[in-house]
Amino acid sequence: MGGKKKLLGVAAVLVLTAPLASRSWAETGPDTVVLDSLANHYEAVTFDHAMHVDVAGNCATCHHHTTGEAPVDQNCGRCHSAAQGASGIACRDCHSVEPFSAANLKAIDSNPQMYHTGKPGLKGALHQKCLGCHQEMGAPTGCQDCHARNDQGDAFFRAGKYAPKPTASESHGGGH
Amino acid sequence: MKKINRRSFLKGGLAGGAALAATGAKTASAAQDFGGYPDSMGVLVDFTKCVGCRTCEAACNKEQGLPEPEKPFDDQSVFDEQRHGGLPRRPTEKAYTVVNRYNIVGREHPLFRKVQCNHCNEPACLTSCFVNAYKKTPEGAVIYDPTVCVGCRTCMIACPFYVPAYSYSSAINPVVKKCIMCYDTRLKFGRPPACVEACPQQVMTFGKRSELLKLAHQKIRQNPDKYVDHVYGEKEVGGTAWLYLSDVPFDRIGFDTHLGNQPIINYVKEFLTVVPMVLTIWPALFTGFHLLSNRKDAKKNEETKS
Repeated sequence: MGGKKKLLGVAAVLVLTAPLASRSWAETGPDTVVLDSLANHYEAVTFDHAMHVDVAGNCATCHHHTTGEAPVDQNCGRCHSAAQGASGIACRDCHSVEPFSAANLKAIDSNPQMYHTGKPGLKGALHQKCLGCHQEMGAPTGCQDCHARNDQGDAFFRAGKYAPKPTASESHGGGH
Repeated sequence: MKKINRRSFLKGGLAGGAALAATGAKTASAAQDFGGYPDSMGVLVDFTKCVGCRTCEAACNKEQGLPEPEKPFDDQSVFDEQRHGGLPRRPTEKAYTVVNRYNIVGREHPLFRKVQCNHCNEPACLTSCFVNAYKKTPEGAVIYDPTVCVGCRTCMIACPFYVPAYSYSSAINPVVKKCIMCYDTRLKFGRPPACVEACPQQVMTFGKRSELLKLAHQKIRQNPDKYVDHVYGEKEVGGTAWLYLSDVPFDRIGFDTHLGNQPIINYVKEFLTVVPMVLTIWPALFTGFHLLSNRKDAKKNEETKS
């Protein structure tokens, strides 16, 4: 049992694959983005960026101040005024795949001036942004509404063919 | 030679007792300000972000090699389960962490609260354990050695958060079971616990406890309308490694807000210093009483004999 204990490497290797560019890429970014950072448990998601650009209307809704638009959150505006873009615009340019890596923790510890100490990692940033908006807009919010779980994911969640067998002594569970 | 009478004997005994009590009280107050290891790690939990997906429970089960659950980890019906007395789920020998749902009137969505060991700075379980099975590591985890646990369950009663569970299912060697913050496999190597890493919403932030406190207060300051102005675990029972932010008052989501800021040991420390005094002085004292009260009779007996 113990030997099998594989460290839960949420090997969040995000591949923002080359944009399948068609229309004015410079203005609205890629049409689609493939998100497969959770490939160990879920199938990759093909994110329809173009559709979300239309829905959001404003780049800053998701991209904060990085695209050069005025940030939505007032707290950001105190430092990042309008028209102050960033060199990186993709989520993973700022949101680290491993937010709690030794290097990141050391950077916070050694730099008392650092401001964004609670910046979520890539997985957290994506889910917080996506789910937050999906809840508000009445869009799908179930895990598998966006990404189908694979076999490994079923094993992890003890679901599907890995689901626990219903026992006859259901009410026999240990402590009360 | 000075004659010892009943009065001087009692006087001496009382003075000695008072002196011992005074020194005892002194050591108690000197040990009061531990306040936790300076570089210990912690986890800041933001309940406003939790969506109740239970991925943390699945991650805990896998990481700790726990037995098969009764229901799949994507089964939301566990939120309707109630323990005896209508209480929500609590950690068990088979699940070191559980998520519970709280339906709050006026809140758009239910609030989901993850429960696990809070890893106190001065743990009551540790101080209550008479076989010294528990240890607070400098990294912040409260771990225990199941091989020395005798199964007395005193820690279960001592814990102000009702965290330690008991392996009632084991007839031969039942021991206490609880979250160890993934100390053996992760924390020891500077890595976050499995639940923290698995969480899709990053409800939990892992870092140095002192840094997390700064972050928590910064979040409250920047979103005064969102958060309750309190970081649960900053001061409660002397501080805990796990800290909590919420948009709903803590007493409405099952937190005990009347625990006070003293470590639990402080409430019994003064009493405990008296125990050795009683054990050393009382036998001598009462033997003395006995001898004194019997002396006259003994003398009388001797006199009548001779």
